[in-house]
Formats: sequence, structure tokens, C-alpha cells
Amino acid sequence: MRFMFIVSSAHTAPPPAKFMEAMHKLADREIKAGRMVDSGALMPLATGAQVRITDGRLSVLDGPFVEAKEVIGGYAIFELKGKEEAVAAVTEFMQLHKDYFPGWEGTCEIRAFAQAGP
Amino acid sequence: MTAADTHRAILAVWRIEQPRLITSLARMLRDVPLAEDLTQEALLAALERWPATGVPEKPGAWLMATAKYRAMDHLRRGRMLDRKHEMIAWDMEEEQQAMPDLDSALDDDIGDELLRLIFTACHPRLSREARVALALRMICGLTTDEIARAFLVPDATIAQRIARAKRTLSESGLAYETPRGEELSERLSSVLEVVYLIFNEGYTAARGQDWLRPQLCNEALRMGRVLTSIAPLESEAHGLLALMELNASRTAARTDLAGEPILMLDQNRALWDQLQIRRGMQSLGRARELGGAGGIYTLQAAIISCHAQARTAGDTDWSRIAGLYAELGAVMRSPIIDLNRAVAVGMAEGPAAALPIVDRLAREPTLKFYHLLPSVRGDLLHKLGRYEEAHAAFEAAAALAGNGREHDLLRRRAAEAADAAMSL
Repeated sequence: MRFMFIVSSAHTAPPPAKFMEAMHKLADREIKAGRMVDSGALMPLATGAQVRITDGRLSVLDGPFVEAKEVIGGYAIFELKGKEEAVAAVTEFMQLHKDYFPGWEGTCEIRAFAQAGP
Repeated sequence: MTAADTHRAILAVWRIEQPRLITSLARMLRDVPLAEDLTQEALLAALERWPATGVPEKPGAWLMATAKYRAMDHLRRGRMLDRKHEMIAWDMEEEQQAMPDLDSALDDDIGDELLRLIFTACHPRLSREARVALALRMICGLTTDEIARAFLVPDATIAQRIARAKRTLSESGLAYETPRGEELSERLSSVLEVVYLIFNEGYTAARGQDWLRPQLCNEALRMGRVLTSIAPLESEAHGLLALMELNASRTAARTDLAGEPILMLDQNRALWDQLQIRRGMQSLGRARELGGAGGIYTLQAAIISCHAQARTAGDTDWSRIAGLYAELGAVMRSPIIDLNRAVAVGMAEGPAAALPIVDRLAREPTLKFYHLLPSVRGDLLHKLGRYEEAHAAFEAAAALAGNGREHDLLRRRAAEAADAAMSL
């Protein structure tokens, strides 16, 4: 089963070097174990844009944005046996945040890919 | 949460940790079979304790500590009390004193150890079934029960197979090998063979059977990804991954609502997974970049890619397929490849061009009981308007096809040919 993990956070401070090292090692392990299929860190929302439909009207908003709520920081795509494994994998990923990125708060959402088919 | 749910959750946590666990232990003990034993013991310990205590905050560290503790036990009990093991026991104690807090993420690169593991599991000294079971166990973390269900054999059979394989490895001094360079490329073929075998077992599993069987395709794909990741310069690893991705991309279209198989040319191509096709094409490109265009798996992937890239069955580039089958036939002598080439030639140049090829193949002893030979012949004859002969060929094919859907299909074609003959 294919899953997307989506990390979002309101935290703005840069990550410590040790945390980045831990992230790289985890990513490396998961690629070599054949489980992580893709991943990406996203540029800050301020550098991006949004296209919205509200009240039946389409509008384009260029960054930076005023609301500093939780923002998607990145994603990963994993191929795993099921939701339990996804939860275990993300739990470990978040534990690393706890251990190496003190003060960081955020969410990693787990979403399975919808299966195509008759 | 039921006991079954808890069991599944614990197994999932263990599975996430399993690659690091087994690679670290193998490196530490210089013994792959023993490392495998210990990862299993760690799993059993977790299944025993965690339902009561809950999953620990750092399950990886817990499992590793448990495994190490058991390892020391093994060594102390003196399975092979020679100098080497005494030294390793001492090193481990020193290590444990220096690093009481084991940290999963900061461990060293597991690539080398995974390479060692997969090549050990697929050692040519082991029987093919043993290699399959050991690979699924050590690389994919499947349980004995899961492997047994996937291959429709009893649990005990798999358990024995794995135990015997580990014993063979230990007793043959193959417990910790490192194939490199030339040897790696040579040994790679036995690894790829195992991976492809697992894929095909899953691919040919009928829908509605135990879901673990088609799941084998995913395990094989995973092993393929592991291989391309740890041996990125081996073109055939990329070729095999391409072949598997491209074949798997048709999964949603392969069966109808009743679970009956649909022939590729009749499938609804809108259901083909385009992202998987794209990944397959990328792997195929990589294999070619590495100079492997003539490899057996890469050629087969190239053939499938011709289908994958055709918007409709009518868009299929049959001449290209025929050419690729000719190339494949040159490196891999096989009458079945020749037969497939004949089909492609028939589609590309017309049935008259293909019939001589098929007639020559009729003399092949290995194809004597292969129903697709008279079936292809019947199809070509029908297209040439030689209906009486087509009828005879289809009847012969039906007789060889055994029972079931194929048989019925062939009898129907035989009847159609007979009708066509009568209306002349």
C-alpha cells in the first residue's frame, strides 16, 4: 500500500545540524530498505502562491501570507504493508524531532493513496 | 484493541525496525544466520512483553538491546567458543558500556549489510525455494505464516526450509560473505532470479485467493528497489525493476468483476497505473544508460514497455516488439520466446509471415504439450482464411489446455472456425 506522509508545523526556527543528520540517515535507511519511494522538502509558503475559489470567484494570492498557522513543510511517499506500519514509521520519524529538534511542534499526517480499479 | 490488533501493531513496529536490526546484528556478529535468529527472538520477546507494557518510546533501541542480550547469551553458552567469538563478546560488552543509549537514526549506512544479506539469502548453494523463503524473511520481514500462505504450503514446510537453509549457510562457512566486483555481478543473476520468481508467484495468483499472494508482487518490487539502491551500477537490477513495475501497472485492469482474467489486448488501458509506468520507464532508461540494453530483464522490460506506451491496442508497435524478441532469443535460447516473436511478426507483417516460424516450432520437443503453440497457429490460419486447418489447430490446443477458461475459449474459437469453413 502506498502512503503519503505530510509534515506541517508552525515552527519557524532553523533545524539543528544533528537533527538534519538524523533525518538524512533515516531517509537513507528507508530508501535502501526499499520503502521510501519519494520525498521532498518544500520551500516556505512565503515564496509560493495560492489559487483559491471563494464565493464563486477565483483569486490568486502571492506570498508572503499573513496567517502563520501550520504550514506544510514536506512530504514523503512510502510503500508499506498497511496503516500499522505507516504509523510505526511516522512515530519513529516524529520521535527524532522530539530527540533532536527541541521545541519543535507539528503534525505528520498519514494518508493512504486511493486505489484505482473496477 | 483486540489481541489480534495488538499483535499486528507490534509486528508492524518490529517490521519498521527489522532492516536496521538485522543489518546491525549481522555486522556485529559477522554471522547472517545468527543475526536472523536474534531478530526473530527479539520479535517474540516484543510480542510477549509489549501487550502488557505498551510499545516502548524507542522500540528500535528496546529490540536491539534485547537482541544483543540474547547474542551474548548465545556466545557465552559456547556454541563455538573459539578466539574469534570471545573477542566479539568482549567488544560487545565494551560497546554496551560505552553506549547505553542506542540510537536508531544515527547508525551507519546499512547499504553494505543489506547487500550482504540479500546475496547470502540468494546463495546459489541453497535450493531455489530456500532462497525465496530466506529472502522474504530477511529482507521483507515476512513471518513464517505469511510466507507459507503466499506459497500455499504448510507453515512447518517453510519453517524447516528456513532452518535448513540457515544451517547450510553456517556449516558451509557462508555465514558472512561479501561478494564484490566481478563476483557481485556473477552472483547477481541468482538474486534477480529469486526476486523475479517471487514477483511471478504474486502476479499469477488469482484474485480472490489469499491477499498475501498478490502482495508478493509488492515484496518483489521492494527487493527490486533495495537492489537498485544498494547496487546502483548493475543495469539488470534496474531492468528487472522496470519489468516488474511495468507488469504490475496493469493490475487493476487484469481481471473483470467476476475475477476472470482479461487478455492484455482487451484490457481497459485507462486503468493502467500511469505513475507506475513512468517509474518503470525511468528504471528502463537507467538500465540503458548503464549500457545494459541487451540484458535479459532489460529486454523483457523493453518489450512490455511497447505495450505500456501504446494508448490503445491498435497503437502497439509490433515490429519493435518482434525485433526485441529476436534480440532476446539471441541471448536466451527459448522456443517460447520464438513463439512470442512469431505472434509479434504476425501482427506486424501479417499472418503469412508468421506461419512458417510457427510451423518450424511445431517440431520443438519442449513445445509438444504447450497449448499456446497450436492456439497461435490456429489464429494465424484463421486470419489466412484456412478455416478447416484453423479448426483442427484450435481443437488440438483445447485438448492440451486442460480444463477451465482457456479450454472453453479455445473450443469457442474452434467452433467459429468450423462455422466459417461451412459458410465458404
